[in-house]
Amino acid sequence: MPAAPGPCPMDSGQMEATLHRLATDLVARLQPQEELVLLGIRSRGLPLAERLALLLRAATGATVPVGALDITLYRDDLTEMVGSPIVRPTEIPFTLTDRTVVLVDDVLYTGRTVRAAMDALLDHGRPHRVMLLVLAERSGRELPIQADLAGLRVEIPKGHRVAVRLKEIDGEDGVTVEAC
Amino acid sequence: MPSSRYIFPHKHLLGIQPLSPQDITAILDQALAFEEVCERPNIKIVPALRKKLVVNLFFENSTRTRNSFEIAEKRLSAEIINFDADTSSLTKGETLIDTAMNLQAMHPDLIVMRHSAPGAHALLSRHMKASIINAGDGAHEHPTQALLDAYTLRKRFGRLEGLRVAIVGDIRNSRVVRSNLWLLTKMGAKVTLVGPPTLVPQELKATWPTISISHDFDAVIPDQDAIMMLRAQFERGTGAYIPGQGEYSRFYQLNPARMKRARKDVVVLHPGPINRGLEITSDVADGPNNLILDQVTNGVPVRMAVLYLLSNQHGEQVP
Repeated sequence: MPAAPGPCPMDSGQMEATLHRLATDLVARLQPQEELVLLGIRSRGLPLAERLALLLRAATGATVPVGALDITLYRDDLTEMVGSPIVRPTEIPFTLTDRTVVLVDDVLYTGRTVRAAMDALLDHGRPHRVMLLVLAERSGRELPIQADLAGLRVEIPKGHRVAVRLKEIDGEDGVTVEAC
Repeated sequence: MPSSRYIFPHKHLLGIQPLSPQDITAILDQALAFEEVCERPNIKIVPALRKKLVVNLFFENSTRTRNSFEIAEKRLSAEIINFDADTSSLTKGETLIDTAMNLQAMHPDLIVMRHSAPGAHALLSRHMKASIINAGDGAHEHPTQALLDAYTLRKRFGRLEGLRVAIVGDIRNSRVVRSNLWLLTKMGAKVTLVGPPTLVPQELKATWPTISISHDFDAVIPDQDAIMMLRAQFERGTGAYIPGQGEYSRFYQLNPARMKRARKDVVVLHPGPINRGLEITSDVADGPNNLILDQVTNGVPVRMAVLYLLSNQHGEQVP
Protein backbone atom coordinates (compact mmCIF):
# COMPACT_ATOMS: atom_id res chain seq x y z
CA MET A 1 0.00 0.00 0.00
CA PRO A 2 1.23 3.51 -0.73
CA ALA A 3 2.41 5.54 2.24
CA ALA A 4 0.49 8.64 3.28
CA PRO A 5 0.42 11.20 0.45
CA GLY A 6 3.62 13.19 0.28
CA PRO A 7 4.06 16.85 -0.66
CA CYS A 8 1.06 17.98 -2.63
CA PRO A 9 2.13 19.39 -6.01
CA MET A 10 -1.42 20.35 -7.02
CA ASP A 11 -4.70 20.89 -5.19
CA SER A 12 -8.05 21.21 -6.89
CA GLY A 13 -7.82 24.97 -7.41
CA GLN A 14 -4.33 24.66 -8.87
CA MET A 15 -5.51 21.88 -11.16
CA GLU A 16 -8.26 24.07 -12.53
CA ALA A 17 -5.82 26.93 -13.13
CA THR A 18 -3.35 24.53 -14.74
CA LEU A 19 -5.96 23.18 -17.18
CA HIS A 20 -6.88 26.78 -18.09
CA ARG A 21 -3.26 27.54 -18.83
CA LEU A 22 -2.84 24.34 -20.86
CA ALA A 23 -5.90 25.19 -22.96
CA THR A 24 -4.59 28.69 -23.60
CA ASP A 25 -1.10 27.41 -24.47
CA LEU A 26 -2.61 24.82 -26.81
CA VAL A 27 -4.60 27.44 -28.72
CA ALA A 28 -1.44 29.57 -29.03
CA ARG A 29 0.40 26.64 -30.61
CA LEU A 30 -2.14 26.08 -33.39
CA GLN A 31 -1.72 27.32 -36.92
CA PRO A 32 -4.73 28.86 -38.65
CA GLN A 33 -6.78 26.18 -40.47
CA GLU A 34 -5.65 23.42 -38.14
CA GLU A 35 -8.55 21.16 -37.17
CA LEU A 36 -8.09 20.04 -33.61
CA VAL A 37 -9.28 16.79 -32.01
CA LEU A 38 -8.52 15.55 -28.50
CA LEU A 39 -7.90 11.89 -27.69
CA GLY A 40 -7.98 11.01 -24.00
CA ILE A 41 -6.00 7.93 -23.00
CA ARG A 42 -8.14 5.76 -20.71
CA SER A 43 -8.73 6.04 -17.95
CA ARG A 44 -7.72 9.45 -16.51
CA GLY A 45 -6.76 11.06 -19.79
CA LEU A 46 -10.38 10.94 -20.94
CA PRO A 47 -11.97 13.22 -18.30
CA LEU A 48 -8.99 15.57 -18.69
CA ALA A 49 -9.62 15.72 -22.46
CA GLU A 50 -13.32 16.38 -21.85
CA ARG A 51 -12.51 19.24 -19.46
CA LEU A 52 -10.02 20.72 -21.92
CA ALA A 53 -12.62 20.58 -24.69
CA LEU A 54 -15.00 22.67 -22.56
CA LEU A 55 -12.24 25.20 -21.83
CA LEU A 56 -11.32 25.35 -25.52
CA ARG A 57 -14.93 25.98 -26.47
CA ALA A 58 -15.16 28.76 -23.91
CA ALA A 59 -11.93 30.28 -25.22
CA THR A 60 -12.48 29.93 -28.98
CA GLY A 61 -16.18 29.19 -29.47
CA ALA A 62 -15.26 26.09 -31.47
CA THR A 63 -16.42 22.61 -30.51
CA VAL A 64 -13.48 20.22 -30.35
CA PRO A 65 -14.29 16.51 -30.80
CA VAL A 66 -13.12 14.24 -27.97
CA GLY A 67 -12.30 10.56 -28.45
CA ALA A 68 -11.27 7.83 -26.01
CA LEU A 69 -8.27 5.59 -26.58
CA ASP A 70 -7.65 2.34 -24.70
CA ILE A 71 -4.05 1.40 -25.39
CA THR A 72 -3.96 -1.95 -23.56
CA LEU A 73 -3.95 -4.04 -26.77
CA TYR A 74 -0.90 -2.09 -28.01
CA ARG A 75 1.19 -2.38 -24.83
CA ASP A 76 4.69 -3.72 -25.46
CA ASP A 77 4.45 -5.91 -22.35
CA LEU A 78 0.97 -7.30 -23.05
CA THR A 79 2.12 -10.81 -23.96
CA GLU A 80 4.26 -11.00 -20.81
CA MET A 81 1.42 -10.08 -18.48
CA VAL A 82 -0.17 -12.68 -16.24
CA GLY A 83 -3.85 -12.50 -17.11
CA SER A 84 -5.31 -10.24 -19.76
CA PRO A 85 -6.79 -7.00 -18.47
CA ILE A 86 -10.33 -6.27 -19.64
CA VAL A 87 -10.10 -3.61 -22.31
CA ARG A 88 -12.76 -0.97 -22.82
CA PRO A 89 -13.71 0.16 -26.31
CA THR A 90 -11.76 2.83 -28.09
CA GLU A 91 -14.23 5.51 -29.17
CA ILE A 92 -13.15 7.67 -32.06
CA PRO A 93 -16.40 8.48 -33.92
CA PHE A 94 -14.68 10.94 -36.28
CA THR A 95 -11.83 10.88 -38.76
CA LEU A 96 -8.26 11.57 -37.66
CA THR A 97 -6.96 12.02 -41.17
CA ASP A 98 -5.43 15.47 -41.71
CA ARG A 99 -6.49 16.57 -38.21
CA THR A 100 -4.24 17.82 -35.45
CA VAL A 101 -4.52 15.18 -32.76
CA VAL A 102 -3.73 16.05 -29.17
CA LEU A 103 -3.13 12.99 -27.02
CA VAL A 104 -4.15 13.72 -23.44
CA ASP A 105 -2.97 11.74 -20.41
CA ASP A 106 -2.57 12.36 -16.72
CA VAL A 107 1.10 11.46 -16.24
CA LEU A 108 4.04 11.01 -18.64
CA TYR A 109 6.58 8.64 -17.07
CA THR A 110 8.36 5.94 -19.12
CA GLY A 111 6.79 7.01 -22.41
CA ARG A 112 5.62 3.47 -23.19
CA THR A 113 1.92 4.34 -22.90
CA VAL A 114 2.39 7.19 -25.37
CA ARG A 115 4.27 4.92 -27.78
CA ALA A 116 1.35 2.48 -27.63
CA ALA A 117 -1.14 5.32 -28.05
CA MET A 118 0.61 6.51 -31.21
CA ASP A 119 0.46 3.00 -32.70
CA ALA A 120 -3.21 2.77 -31.75
CA LEU A 121 -4.22 6.11 -33.20
CA LEU A 122 -2.33 5.57 -36.46
CA ASP A 123 -4.57 2.51 -37.03
CA HIS A 124 -7.48 4.96 -37.13
CA GLY A 125 -6.08 7.36 -39.73
CA ARG A 126 -3.19 9.59 -40.72
CA PRO A 127 -3.26 12.84 -38.76
CA HIS A 128 -1.64 16.06 -39.92
CA ARG A 129 0.33 16.07 -36.68
CA VAL A 130 0.16 14.57 -33.19
CA MET A 131 0.89 16.47 -29.99
CA LEU A 132 1.12 15.25 -26.40
CA LEU A 133 -0.46 17.09 -23.49
CA VAL A 134 -0.13 15.79 -19.93
CA LEU A 135 -1.15 17.12 -16.56
CA ALA A 136 2.14 16.01 -15.01
CA GLU A 137 5.47 15.05 -16.51
CA ARG A 138 7.92 13.19 -14.31
CA SER A 139 11.48 11.92 -14.75
CA GLY A 140 12.20 8.34 -15.83
CA ARG A 141 11.70 8.19 -19.60
CA GLU A 142 12.53 4.87 -21.28
CA LEU A 143 11.72 5.98 -24.82
CA PRO A 144 12.59 9.16 -26.75
CA ILE A 145 9.22 10.80 -26.09
CA GLN A 146 8.42 14.17 -24.57
CA ALA A 147 5.34 16.22 -23.84
CA ASP A 148 4.49 19.27 -25.95
CA LEU A 149 2.47 20.69 -23.08
CA ALA A 150 2.75 19.72 -19.41
CA GLY A 151 0.93 21.24 -16.46
CA LEU A 152 3.64 20.25 -14.03
CA ARG A 153 7.19 18.92 -14.35
CA VAL A 154 8.66 16.99 -11.40
CA GLU A 155 11.93 15.19 -10.73
CA ILE A 156 11.13 12.22 -8.51
CA PRO A 157 13.13 9.07 -7.89
CA LYS A 158 12.14 5.56 -8.97
CA GLY A 159 9.92 3.84 -6.42
CA HIS A 160 7.64 6.85 -6.26
CA ARG A 161 4.60 7.68 -8.30
CA VAL A 162 2.70 10.77 -9.30
CA ALA A 163 -0.90 10.05 -8.30
CA VAL A 164 -3.52 12.05 -10.14
CA ARG A 165 -7.04 12.04 -8.73
CA LEU A 166 -9.96 13.37 -10.74
CA LYS A 167 -13.50 14.19 -9.64
CA GLU A 168 -15.00 12.06 -12.42
CA ILE A 169 -13.19 8.89 -11.30
CA ASP A 170 -11.91 9.45 -7.76
CA GLY A 171 -14.43 11.95 -6.41
CA GLU A 172 -11.85 14.72 -5.90
CA ASP A 173 -9.18 16.63 -7.82
CA GLY A 174 -5.54 16.59 -6.78
CA VAL A 175 -2.00 15.51 -7.61
CA THR A 176 0.32 13.97 -5.03
CA VAL A 177 3.65 12.19 -5.00
CA GLU A 178 3.53 8.85 -3.22
CA ALA A 179 5.88 5.99 -2.49
CA CYS A 180 4.81 2.88 -4.45
CA MET B 1 -18.93 -4.30 -15.49
CA PRO B 2 -16.12 -6.16 -13.68
CA SER B 3 -13.65 -3.97 -11.86
CA SER B 4 -10.33 -3.23 -13.54
CA ARG B 5 -8.63 -5.59 -11.09
CA TYR B 6 -10.66 -8.56 -12.33
CA ILE B 7 -8.53 -11.15 -14.12
CA PHE B 8 -10.19 -13.92 -16.09
CA PRO B 9 -9.36 -16.97 -13.97
CA HIS B 10 -9.61 -19.84 -16.47
CA LYS B 11 -6.82 -21.39 -18.46
CA HIS B 12 -9.14 -23.16 -20.92
CA LEU B 13 -12.59 -22.68 -22.36
CA LEU B 14 -13.87 -26.24 -22.32
CA GLY B 15 -17.48 -25.21 -21.85
CA ILE B 16 -19.78 -22.65 -20.28
CA GLN B 17 -20.42 -24.89 -17.27
CA PRO B 18 -17.22 -23.90 -15.36
CA LEU B 19 -17.74 -20.15 -15.88
CA SER B 20 -19.20 -17.80 -13.27
CA PRO B 21 -21.64 -15.04 -14.24
CA GLN B 22 -18.75 -12.59 -13.70
CA ASP B 23 -16.56 -14.55 -16.16
CA ILE B 24 -19.35 -14.52 -18.75
CA THR B 25 -19.88 -10.80 -18.29
CA ALA B 26 -16.13 -10.22 -18.64
CA ILE B 27 -16.04 -12.04 -21.99
CA LEU B 28 -19.06 -10.10 -23.28
CA ASP B 29 -17.61 -6.78 -22.08
CA GLN B 30 -14.26 -7.58 -23.66
CA ALA B 31 -16.04 -8.43 -26.93
CA LEU B 32 -17.41 -4.87 -26.97
CA ALA B 33 -13.87 -3.51 -27.33
CA PHE B 34 -13.21 -5.95 -30.17
CA GLU B 35 -16.45 -5.06 -31.90
CA GLU B 36 -15.05 -1.54 -32.17
CA VAL B 37 -11.92 -3.01 -33.80
CA CYS B 38 -14.05 -5.02 -36.28
CA GLU B 39 -16.12 -1.94 -37.17
CA ARG B 40 -13.15 0.31 -37.91
CA PRO B 41 -13.19 1.86 -41.37
CA ASN B 42 -9.64 0.86 -42.27
CA ILE B 43 -7.32 -1.20 -40.07
CA LYS B 44 -9.30 -3.92 -38.30
CA ILE B 45 -6.29 -5.45 -36.58
CA VAL B 46 -4.76 -5.07 -33.12
CA PRO B 47 -1.41 -6.48 -31.98
CA ALA B 48 -2.80 -8.20 -28.87
CA LEU B 49 -1.74 -11.77 -29.83
CA ARG B 50 1.45 -10.88 -31.64
CA LYS B 51 4.05 -13.67 -31.32
CA LYS B 52 1.37 -16.13 -30.12
CA LEU B 53 0.83 -19.37 -32.04
CA VAL B 54 -2.74 -20.60 -32.42
CA VAL B 55 -3.49 -24.07 -33.79
CA ASN B 56 -6.92 -24.69 -35.27
CA LEU B 57 -7.42 -28.40 -34.76
CA PHE B 58 -10.59 -29.56 -36.47
CA PHE B 59 -11.49 -33.23 -36.31
CA GLU B 60 -14.94 -32.46 -37.70
CA ASN B 61 -15.83 -30.20 -40.58
CA SER B 62 -17.04 -26.78 -39.61
CA THR B 63 -16.40 -24.14 -42.21
CA ARG B 64 -18.33 -21.40 -40.43
CA THR B 65 -16.96 -21.79 -36.92
CA ARG B 66 -13.45 -22.27 -38.23
CA ASN B 67 -13.62 -19.23 -40.51
CA SER B 68 -14.93 -17.14 -37.65
CA PHE B 69 -12.07 -18.27 -35.38
CA GLU B 70 -9.54 -17.70 -38.12
CA ILE B 71 -10.73 -14.15 -38.74
CA ALA B 72 -10.68 -13.52 -34.98
CA GLU B 73 -7.10 -14.83 -34.75
CA LYS B 74 -5.96 -12.73 -37.70
CA ARG B 75 -7.51 -9.58 -36.24
CA LEU B 76 -5.49 -10.22 -33.08
CA SER B 77 -2.25 -10.62 -35.10
CA ALA B 78 -1.72 -14.24 -34.03
CA GLU B 79 0.33 -16.79 -35.95
CA ILE B 80 -1.99 -19.49 -37.23
CA ILE B 81 -1.62 -23.15 -38.11
CA ASN B 82 -4.59 -25.08 -39.48
CA PHE B 83 -4.47 -28.75 -38.69
CA ASP B 84 -7.02 -30.85 -40.50
CA ALA B 85 -7.80 -34.32 -39.29
CA ASP B 86 -8.24 -35.51 -42.88
CA THR B 87 -4.73 -34.61 -43.89
CA SER B 88 -3.02 -35.57 -40.65
CA SER B 89 -1.56 -38.77 -39.39
CA LEU B 90 -4.80 -39.41 -37.50
CA THR B 91 -5.96 -41.27 -40.54
CA LYS B 92 -2.85 -43.39 -40.06
CA GLY B 93 -3.96 -44.41 -36.59
CA GLU B 94 -2.27 -41.81 -34.36
CA THR B 95 -4.11 -41.39 -31.07
CA LEU B 96 -5.41 -38.07 -29.80
CA ILE B 97 -2.71 -38.03 -27.13
CA ASP B 98 0.02 -38.66 -29.73
CA THR B 99 -1.37 -35.77 -31.73
CA ALA B 100 -1.39 -33.61 -28.61
CA MET B 101 2.21 -34.46 -27.74
CA ASN B 102 3.32 -33.70 -31.28
CA LEU B 103 1.53 -30.38 -31.21
CA GLN B 104 2.98 -29.60 -27.78
CA ALA B 105 6.46 -30.10 -29.21
CA MET B 106 5.76 -27.07 -31.44
CA HIS B 107 4.88 -24.91 -28.40
CA PRO B 108 1.51 -23.49 -29.40
CA ASP B 109 -0.08 -20.94 -27.07
CA LEU B 110 -3.68 -21.70 -27.89
CA ILE B 111 -5.49 -24.61 -29.47
CA VAL B 112 -8.95 -24.23 -30.95
CA MET B 113 -10.39 -27.70 -31.26
CA ARG B 114 -13.51 -29.31 -32.63
CA HIS B 115 -13.88 -32.99 -31.86
CA SER B 116 -16.90 -35.27 -31.79
CA ALA B 117 -16.03 -36.76 -28.39
CA PRO B 118 -17.22 -34.72 -25.39
CA GLY B 119 -14.17 -35.56 -23.26
CA ALA B 120 -11.56 -34.88 -25.94
CA HIS B 121 -10.87 -31.30 -24.91
CA ALA B 122 -10.44 -32.09 -21.23
CA LEU B 123 -8.13 -34.97 -22.18
CA LEU B 124 -6.04 -32.70 -24.37
CA SER B 125 -5.87 -30.02 -21.67
CA ARG B 126 -4.22 -32.51 -19.31
CA HIS B 127 -1.45 -33.26 -21.81
CA MET B 128 -0.66 -29.76 -23.04
CA LYS B 129 0.59 -26.47 -21.75
CA ALA B 130 -1.46 -24.56 -24.30
CA SER B 131 -4.88 -23.13 -23.53
CA ILE B 132 -7.63 -25.18 -25.15
CA ILE B 133 -10.74 -23.61 -26.64
CA ASN B 134 -13.64 -25.92 -27.33
CA ALA B 135 -15.05 -25.16 -30.78
CA GLY B 136 -17.72 -27.83 -30.44
CA ASP B 137 -17.70 -31.35 -29.05
CA GLY B 138 -20.39 -33.73 -30.21
CA ALA B 139 -23.71 -32.93 -28.58
CA HIS B 140 -22.03 -31.66 -25.39
CA GLU B 141 -20.89 -28.00 -25.54
CA HIS B 142 -20.14 -25.28 -28.06
CA PRO B 143 -19.29 -22.42 -25.71
CA THR B 144 -18.39 -19.69 -28.21
CA GLN B 145 -21.73 -20.14 -29.99
CA ALA B 146 -23.57 -19.61 -26.70
CA LEU B 147 -21.41 -16.57 -25.95
CA LEU B 148 -22.11 -14.97 -29.31
CA ASP B 149 -25.84 -15.69 -28.89
CA ALA B 150 -25.70 -14.01 -25.47
CA TYR B 151 -23.73 -11.09 -26.88
CA THR B 152 -26.33 -10.65 -29.63
CA LEU B 153 -29.19 -10.76 -27.10
CA ARG B 154 -27.48 -8.41 -24.64
CA LYS B 155 -26.74 -5.96 -27.42
CA ARG B 156 -30.40 -5.87 -28.42
CA PHE B 157 -32.04 -5.94 -24.97
CA GLY B 158 -29.30 -4.44 -22.80
CA ARG B 159 -29.50 -7.36 -20.38
CA LEU B 160 -29.83 -11.13 -20.12
CA GLU B 161 -31.44 -11.33 -16.69
CA GLY B 162 -35.17 -11.96 -16.91
CA LEU B 163 -35.08 -12.34 -20.68
CA ARG B 164 -37.56 -14.95 -21.93
CA VAL B 165 -35.92 -17.22 -24.48
CA ALA B 166 -37.50 -20.19 -26.28
CA ILE B 167 -35.10 -22.70 -27.79
CA VAL B 168 -36.95 -24.68 -30.43
CA GLY B 169 -36.31 -27.88 -32.35
CA ASP B 170 -33.86 -30.74 -32.08
CA ILE B 171 -32.78 -30.21 -28.49
CA ARG B 172 -31.52 -33.78 -28.21
CA ASN B 173 -28.84 -33.62 -30.89
CA SER B 174 -27.72 -30.03 -30.38
CA ARG B 175 -24.49 -29.02 -28.69
CA VAL B 176 -25.54 -25.39 -28.93
CA VAL B 177 -28.39 -26.04 -26.50
CA ARG B 178 -26.29 -27.28 -23.60
CA SER B 179 -23.93 -24.32 -23.71
CA ASN B 180 -26.87 -21.97 -24.04
CA LEU B 181 -28.68 -23.59 -21.11
CA TRP B 182 -25.63 -23.13 -18.88
CA LEU B 183 -25.14 -19.58 -19.99
CA LEU B 184 -28.72 -18.35 -19.99
CA THR B 185 -29.61 -19.95 -16.65
CA LYS B 186 -26.41 -18.64 -15.00
CA MET B 187 -27.30 -15.15 -16.25
CA GLY B 188 -30.88 -15.34 -15.01
CA ALA B 189 -32.77 -15.70 -18.31
CA LYS B 190 -36.02 -17.70 -18.41
CA VAL B 191 -35.58 -20.54 -20.87
CA THR B 192 -38.29 -22.70 -22.44
CA LEU B 193 -37.28 -25.71 -24.51
CA VAL B 194 -39.73 -26.49 -27.29
CA GLY B 195 -39.95 -29.52 -29.57
CA PRO B 196 -41.52 -32.93 -30.04
CA PRO B 197 -41.29 -35.15 -26.93
CA THR B 198 -38.79 -37.43 -28.64
CA LEU B 199 -36.38 -34.54 -29.29
CA VAL B 200 -36.68 -32.80 -25.90
CA PRO B 201 -35.24 -35.07 -23.22
CA GLN B 202 -37.11 -34.52 -19.92
CA GLU B 203 -33.92 -35.31 -17.99
CA LEU B 204 -32.52 -31.90 -18.92
CA LYS B 205 -34.67 -30.55 -16.08
CA ALA B 206 -32.55 -32.50 -13.62
CA THR B 207 -29.49 -30.45 -14.60
CA TRP B 208 -31.33 -27.15 -15.19
CA PRO B 209 -34.31 -27.14 -12.78
CA THR B 210 -35.36 -23.58 -13.65
CA ILE B 211 -36.11 -24.28 -17.30
CA SER B 212 -39.54 -25.06 -18.75
CA ILE B 213 -40.28 -27.70 -21.36
CA SER B 214 -43.15 -27.44 -23.81
CA HIS B 215 -44.30 -29.39 -26.83
CA ASP B 216 -46.75 -26.69 -27.90
CA PHE B 217 -44.84 -24.04 -29.84
CA ASP B 218 -47.97 -21.98 -30.58
CA ALA B 219 -48.75 -21.65 -26.87
CA VAL B 220 -45.22 -20.59 -25.96
CA ILE B 221 -44.59 -18.01 -28.69
CA PRO B 222 -46.54 -14.98 -27.35
CA ASP B 223 -44.49 -14.79 -24.12
CA GLN B 224 -41.00 -14.80 -25.63
CA ASP B 225 -38.47 -12.00 -26.05
CA ALA B 226 -36.30 -14.23 -28.21
CA ILE B 227 -36.87 -17.39 -30.22
CA MET B 228 -33.80 -19.44 -30.93
CA MET B 229 -34.47 -21.90 -33.75
CA LEU B 230 -32.21 -24.93 -33.98
CA ARG B 231 -31.16 -26.72 -37.09
CA ALA B 232 -33.12 -29.93 -37.71
CA GLN B 233 -30.09 -32.16 -38.06
CA PHE B 234 -31.29 -34.96 -40.28
CA GLU B 235 -27.65 -35.77 -41.06
CA ARG B 236 -27.11 -36.33 -37.32
CA GLY B 237 -30.14 -38.49 -36.80
CA THR B 238 -33.00 -36.11 -36.10
CA GLY B 239 -35.06 -38.17 -38.52
CA ALA B 240 -34.97 -41.23 -36.29
CA TYR B 241 -36.99 -39.39 -33.62
CA ILE B 242 -39.85 -37.91 -35.66
CA PRO B 243 -42.45 -39.18 -38.11
CA GLY B 244 -41.29 -36.95 -40.95
CA GLN B 245 -40.14 -33.53 -42.06
CA GLY B 246 -43.66 -32.41 -43.01
CA GLU B 247 -45.01 -33.22 -39.58
CA TYR B 248 -42.01 -31.54 -37.93
CA SER B 249 -42.61 -28.37 -39.92
CA ARG B 250 -46.34 -28.37 -39.18
CA PHE B 251 -45.76 -28.17 -35.43
CA TYR B 252 -42.34 -26.59 -35.00
CA GLN B 253 -41.55 -24.46 -38.03
CA LEU B 254 -41.21 -20.73 -37.43
CA ASN B 255 -43.30 -19.19 -40.20
CA PRO B 256 -45.30 -15.98 -40.76
CA ALA B 257 -48.46 -17.43 -39.14
CA ARG B 258 -46.54 -18.19 -35.94
CA MET B 259 -44.71 -14.85 -36.05
CA LYS B 260 -48.16 -13.17 -35.88
CA ARG B 261 -48.55 -14.68 -32.41
CA ALA B 262 -45.20 -13.30 -31.25
CA ARG B 263 -44.39 -9.96 -29.64
CA LYS B 264 -43.69 -7.28 -32.23
CA ASP B 265 -40.14 -6.83 -30.94
CA VAL B 266 -39.34 -10.54 -30.65
CA VAL B 267 -35.94 -11.49 -32.05
CA VAL B 268 -35.24 -14.64 -34.02
CA LEU B 269 -31.89 -16.39 -33.69
CA HIS B 270 -30.51 -19.41 -35.51
CA PRO B 271 -26.99 -20.85 -35.15
CA GLY B 272 -26.92 -21.85 -38.82
CA PRO B 273 -26.74 -23.36 -41.28
CA ILE B 274 -30.45 -22.81 -41.91
CA ASN B 275 -32.70 -25.43 -43.45
CA ARG B 276 -34.93 -22.95 -45.28
CA GLY B 277 -38.49 -24.19 -45.43
CA LEU B 278 -37.90 -26.84 -42.77
CA GLU B 279 -37.44 -25.33 -39.28
CA ILE B 280 -37.85 -21.76 -40.49
CA THR B 281 -39.30 -20.16 -43.61
CA SER B 282 -37.28 -17.74 -45.72
CA ASP B 283 -39.56 -14.77 -45.06
CA VAL B 284 -38.94 -15.18 -41.30
CA ALA B 285 -35.23 -15.97 -41.63
CA ASP B 286 -34.76 -12.83 -43.73
CA GLY B 287 -37.48 -10.81 -41.99
CA PRO B 288 -37.25 -7.72 -39.77
CA ASN B 289 -37.09 -9.68 -36.50
CA ASN B 290 -34.12 -11.83 -37.44
CA LEU B 291 -30.68 -11.35 -35.91
CA ILE B 292 -29.18 -14.34 -37.70
CA LEU B 293 -26.49 -12.46 -39.59
CA ASP B 294 -25.82 -10.30 -36.51
CA GLN B 295 -24.95 -13.55 -34.77
CA VAL B 296 -22.39 -14.32 -37.47
CA THR B 297 -20.94 -10.82 -37.27
CA ASN B 298 -20.78 -10.93 -33.47
CA GLY B 299 -19.03 -14.29 -33.55
CA VAL B 300 -15.74 -12.64 -34.48
CA PRO B 301 -15.40 -10.13 -31.59
CA VAL B 302 -16.68 -12.73 -29.11
CA ARG B 303 -14.05 -15.25 -30.28
CA MET B 304 -11.41 -12.49 -30.18
CA ALA B 305 -12.41 -11.87 -26.56
CA VAL B 306 -12.01 -15.55 -25.65
CA LEU B 307 -8.66 -15.85 -27.44
CA TYR B 308 -7.40 -12.66 -25.81
CA LEU B 309 -8.52 -13.54 -22.29
CA LEU B 310 -6.93 -16.99 -22.48
CA SER B 311 -3.75 -15.82 -24.18
CA ASN B 312 -1.93 -14.71 -21.04
CA GLN B 313 -2.86 -17.52 -18.67
CA HIS B 314 0.61 -18.80 -17.86
CA GLY B 315 0.19 -20.03 -14.33
CA GLU B 316 -1.74 -22.86 -12.77
CA GLN B 317 -5.30 -21.70 -13.10
CA VAL B 318 -8.80 -22.93 -12.77
CA PRO B 319 -9.51 -25.25 -15.77
